[in-house]
Amino acid sequence: MKQILNMITATISLNKDHMPVQRDQDVVPFRNRVKEYATKIRMGLVNQTKLQTAASELVRNMLRYGGGGEILIEVVSRGRDNGIRLTFSDKGPGIADIAMAMKDGYSTGKSLGLGLPGTKRLVNEFDIKSELGKGTKVVILKWANG
Amino acid sequence: MAIDITKIFKKKQTEILERWMQNQLADAGLREDLMSNEDLRAESEELITALVKSLNDKNLSDADSGDFDHVIEILSGISISRARQGYSPRETGLFIMSLKQALIEVVQDEIEGPKELVEVTLKLNRLMDSFSIITFETFIKGREEVILRQTDEISEISTPVIRVWDGIIALPIIGTLDSARTQVVMESLLTEIVESESSVAILDISGVPTVDSLVAQHLLKTVSATRLMGAECIISGIRPEIAQTIVHLGIDLSGIVTKATLASALQYAFRTLRLVVKKEVKAIS
Repeated sequence: MKQILNMITATISLNKDHMPVQRDQDVVPFRNRVKEYATKIRMGLVNQTKLQTAASELVRNMLRYGGGGEILIEVVSRGRDNGIRLTFSDKGPGIADIAMAMKDGYSTGKSLGLGLPGTKRLVNEFDIKSELGKGTKVVILKWANG
Repeated sequence: MAIDITKIFKKKQTEILERWMQNQLADAGLREDLMSNEDLRAESEELITALVKSLNDKNLSDADSGDFDHVIEILSGISISRARQGYSPRETGLFIMSLKQALIEVVQDEIEGPKELVEVTLKLNRLMDSFSIITFETFIKGREEVILRQTDEISEISTPVIRVWDGIIALPIIGTLDSARTQVVMESLLTEIVESESSVAILDISGVPTVDSLVAQHLLKTVSATRLMGAECIISGIRPEIAQTIVHLGIDLSGIVTKATLASALQYAFRTLRLVVKKEVKAIS
């Protein structure tokens, strides 16, 4: 996990919240929680929608391929900037080829194949780690004014 | 020496009821708006009569005994009806727990030997505790029924197809589009297209909070199905922030006619059907 820390900008975490997601019904409450946090740090409407959509993509991936998992919601700060960092961890089968998974239009399921690459375009910082048979961990960060 | 607890309770039934009522009325959380004191008394009296009737020396320490079937039935009935009326768990719990208090108070007055008193109190405690558990179980079951009914109601009202004009139908989608809902939306939309012989269908997504790739995929499927039926499909209600998100996400909606508002979608539909809406100009006399 050291690499994640290197790739995601060093920040100070102000507020933490864990949320387990096991069923499809958990998606909407989770999205609302993200929205709550985003509103609290005065994130603009467009960024809020982007963050929510990214979160929604990742949580759906987690449910579909990883069999559910846990999400860590953090309010982080760097200098004058506030942002939200979401860490999605599951203990699913893992991703065999991350480079392929990050390509537009590639999907092992029957979806559009935009989830991971699209999410990366929606947020400021993105990192993915996966180990076959052990699980996947995705970290995203969106600044309030980024 | 065995103490005849049944006899004591039979003798003191009215006193127990009085004490119980006092306990219940003393609580600040009593909901007089939901139930009058007379109704509460009637409920309490029914339960206490059933309890005293079925209680004997043998089953005092055995709450699973068949003798209590009638008591449990009454208790469950009260508990479920309270769940439906919107009582809080605290209020419902208090109902049965204050009875325990009343019973023990009476026993305290009647039995003198400390050893016997403790023994009877413990037994009573255990019995009333298992009644409390039953009350809570049925209370939660009652609440769950309410939730299930609401879920059914929501899925029923969620997909109305509106005939906006002759040959134009609209379907406002509110909430999140998942696979199950897409199925319902698509089915009702396609059926309505056949029934109303419409050639334009408007899907309004103003009420969809987040459009991610899964929702987009469902929308695309619905549009393709509509086209196969020979109707044109317009997606309206795309808010500015949603538009930006869709672009970043990389979803290709360029093959579909999209509009910002339902009004502009309707205008577009009028144009395709060669209909003209005009403002009436009154001749000045």
